Amino acid sequence: MSFLEYRVKTAPTGASKFLYINWALVVLLIAIASVGFLMLYSVAGGRLDVWAEPQMQRFVAGMVGMFIIAFVPIWFWRNMAGLAYIVSVLLLLATEVMGSVGMGAQRWIEIGPLRLQPSELSKVALVMLLAAYYDWLDIRRVSRPFWVLVPVLFILIPTGLVLGQPDLGTAILLMGGGAVVMFCAGVSWIYFAVVIGAGVGLVSTVLASRGTAWQLIKEYQFKRIDTFLDPGSDPLGAGYHITQAKIALGSGGWSGRGFMQGTQSRLNFLPEKHTDFIFTTLAEEFGFLGGFSLLILYALVLAFCISSAIRNKDRFASLVTLGIAATFFFYFAVNMMMVTGLAPVVGVPLPLVSYGGSSMLVLLAAFGIVQSAHVHRLR
Amino acid sequence: MRRSARDTDDSAAKITRRALFMGGSMAAVVAVLGARMRHMQVEQADEFRLLAEDNRISIRLIPPTRGLILDRNGKLIAGNEQNYRVVISRDDAGDVDDLLAKLTEIMTIPPEDMDRALKEAKKRSPLPIIVADRMSWDDVSKVGINAPALPGVSPEVGLSRIYPRDTDFAHVVGYVGPVSDADLAKLETPDPLLQTPKFQIGKIGVETWMEDALRGTAGNRRVEVNSVGRVMRELGREEGQAGSDVHLTIDADVQNYLQVRLGDDSAAAVVMDVVTGDIIGCGSAPSFDPNLFVRGISYTDYETLTGNDHRPLADKAVQGAYPPGSTFKMMTGLAALEAGVITTETPVYCPGYYDVGGRKFHCWKRGGHGRVTFDRGLEESCDVYFYDVAMKVGIDKIAEMGRRFGLGIRHDLPMSAITEGLMPDKAWKQDRYKQQWRIGDTVNAAIGQGYVLASPLQLAVMTARIASGRAVTPRLVRMIDNQPVAVTEAPALGLSPANLRAARGGMIAVVNGAHGTGRSARIEDPAMRMAGKSGTSQVRNISMAERARGVSSNDSLPWKRRDHALFVCYAPYDAPRYAAAVVVEHGGGGSTVAGPIGRDLLLRAMSTGMPPLSAYPASQRNRIETQQKGMQLRDPDGKAPGVSRA
Repeated sequence: MSFLEYRVKTAPTGASKFLYINWALVVLLIAIASVGFLMLYSVAGGRLDVWAEPQMQRFVAGMVGMFIIAFVPIWFWRNMAGLAYIVSVLLLLATEVMGSVGMGAQRWIEIGPLRLQPSELSKVALVMLLAAYYDWLDIRRVSRPFWVLVPVLFILIPTGLVLGQPDLGTAILLMGGGAVVMFCAGVSWIYFAVVIGAGVGLVSTVLASRGTAWQLIKEYQFKRIDTFLDPGSDPLGAGYHITQAKIALGSGGWSGRGFMQGTQSRLNFLPEKHTDFIFTTLAEEFGFLGGFSLLILYALVLAFCISSAIRNKDRFASLVTLGIAATFFFYFAVNMMMVTGLAPVVGVPLPLVSYGGSSMLVLLAAFGIVQSAHVHRLR
Repeated sequence: MRRSARDTDDSAAKITRRALFMGGSMAAVVAVLGARMRHMQVEQADEFRLLAEDNRISIRLIPPTRGLILDRNGKLIAGNEQNYRVVISRDDAGDVDDLLAKLTEIMTIPPEDMDRALKEAKKRSPLPIIVADRMSWDDVSKVGINAPALPGVSPEVGLSRIYPRDTDFAHVVGYVGPVSDADLAKLETPDPLLQTPKFQIGKIGVETWMEDALRGTAGNRRVEVNSVGRVMRELGREEGQAGSDVHLTIDADVQNYLQVRLGDDSAAAVVMDVVTGDIIGCGSAPSFDPNLFVRGISYTDYETLTGNDHRPLADKAVQGAYPPGSTFKMMTGLAALEAGVITTETPVYCPGYYDVGGRKFHCWKRGGHGRVTFDRGLEESCDVYFYDVAMKVGIDKIAEMGRRFGLGIRHDLPMSAITEGLMPDKAWKQDRYKQQWRIGDTVNAAIGQGYVLASPLQLAVMTARIASGRAVTPRLVRMIDNQPVAVTEAPALGLSPANLRAARGGMIAVVNGAHGTGRSARIEDPAMRMAGKSGTSQVRNISMAERARGVSSNDSLPWKRRDHALFVCYAPYDAPRYAAAVVVEHGGGGSTVAGPIGRDLLLRAMSTGMPPLSAYPASQRNRIETQQKGMQLRDPDGKAPGVSRA
């Protein structure tokens, strides 16, 4: 039985696809984005037009895009994986050449009126490529060294480019997402053990390189690590952000200080309060209840993705769903660890909540692929 | 590609296992995050809430209005004026350079202010940047009109010190200035007010010494601030207390007359009330404008002041220590009379010099005075008479008498750098120079030369004590916060009334006697007649060679080496009311230079306006009238001929 035939027979067609959309996931995404609108309205001091309105417009556009992508059969997207990957790598290279520098890092590329962040795109493209790769690969070869090395290379190319920008946050997300796809595809435990061991070694080397001629990361990144380890050491300098973020979060208490009543955000003590640190405003104004609820919403998104992947018999569809779920997980987990003081500040936005066009659109597109996999799943 | 059904199932099973493992790990991380949030937001919530409140609430001091300084009649000496300044608050401003460029289009900003503002803008500080201070109302309204185009720029009103009678009170009242690190270091527990930006405290004079009364206490307001310290709203307010007004004993009009009368000479004068000790006038010339210091004096202005050989910054009236010369002779005479070594009738023969062990001490009158008694000794200021008397009584008795009259003692007034002067005796010389007191030292001290030093203030107090027979102490503050400062009647000096009468009689003869050295400075009006004593003190040692050549003419010497002219006086002589002391540095003869000034000051103190011409000797009235017309007084009413109050 041909693979193609097999799908065509079982997959829904036409408007009936609507019935097969994972509506629970759609509702979850809308709920999370709404939390974002609310917070963007609040941090703008009760103004819609500053951040909330553009964010809503993008969300609507992204949702439309998500449904379009969801209606396109998943095998089309599998075939597109290689192209998406190549385009994303080329865009990253272009950023290197002609991108503009923002916040000490080269992240943006401007095409006409569009300001694009190719690193966002590369996260999804990488997951797609790896899923397609493992779909293509004979499952008995999955753990052979050569066939392990190939996906590792796929991961390292965009990761290397992103690190050069430098954008440590995206690099972590790329490696995390890629590693999860490899792990779920069945690559032997041993490789992961070796890589984790090597990673620990590398981190020690990087830390040891400070101040030497071959220093491996920029001084501001070292500063962020210092600040993370001891925010009190420089309360008005580098540690200011993290200290203020923790104060905002902690002062929220059980039920928060009330909508638009957060003194830390209203009086500008919070850094980047509409982007990376938006969670602190939520936690300040809605307290533990608000913050924990958002965490649960995120966890539910993961649960629905994982359950959809498990029920799907198609290898590409499962793996791409898991990879996207993992990327999403790393997004919010790293961001929340960052603002709660569990991880150094690396510059990862809170998915669907932080203000930002590229990440919102790319994430919704990725959930479009998840939906497509769900709609056209192999039963 | 094709894949067998079995492979597909195997693959799905493996993905399921691994996906569940992944899901489990993710759930663990989510649990950790939840626990962390709970820890921070539930267990540590109070701690963080406190920190947040700390961030948000700031206590700002409200600087109190500084008390006024007024003269004895309530005329303003030091006040506060509103001044406008333009400030930029950092968080609203955006591009400060751009804002400053826009501001220069509508108002003139001096380049140095511009530089300072740009430098200030680069610092990370919650305080607003002050672009321009002491602006005209015109400029401020221009900024106000253009406010919408200038985000973060706002005009502010503040109070600053102003001295409307500028040069008249520069030395007495002094000035205020910004708090310096040195000022802070002097205090053990500095008032937190002092750390507020632009706060000003007294730097010298009454402003410094009455600082506690003038400053008042700060109020405070609890305000909510944003991260850059900008005030968002006020949460509470507690008013402070304005500083107390201080009324001085000085009469501003007399002070002005005094300052103008001293003119451009390097001179100082003190006029005081003989009964209460009130300082009516106390001036030093040349003076300076204290307003310059409040605004921040420019380098060139400061150089001009410090480079002037007449030392405008020094308050010669209280910090200048001069050999009192012949004005000291009353002390020598009184010491001898009180000790009983002479009587007023004990004669001394003056051949023009006095011989001490072969060394000749000259009398100012080369030909000598012949037979001299106490009265004539003072009237004609015979040096030899006092040499002889001093030898009889000895230096220690003279020094003791001097101290009873306030010489060598620091008079406590709220003014800066008040000198103790010097009233030498044997013990002092032994202590200071490890040398024996010599006979020559006594001879020099007898006529207020040698080691003896006194300030115009001390000489005025000495004169007041002679006139009243009481230990009058000077005072400068009449009322604080409208509460009069109590005056206690000064205790009697304890001298024999006859001896005091003799000293006063001598001083009356100096001015009114037929041969009096100060006769040209006499007052004709019988109600205001004056007693006095002139002094001409040498600032150089005339060498034997010079003396042999007969060098004594002042005019032939450079200014710096000329004699100081001194004069002490009181009036009316029959019922003393005011005493005065005048020193003109390197002025020449005491009776000709300082005497007329002393007379004018006493007359001014005893009159309502310009001293009436009728008080002057008829032969001098034309000259005095010209002099009075030429005086540039502050208050034009003061120029009208006044009437005697005596």
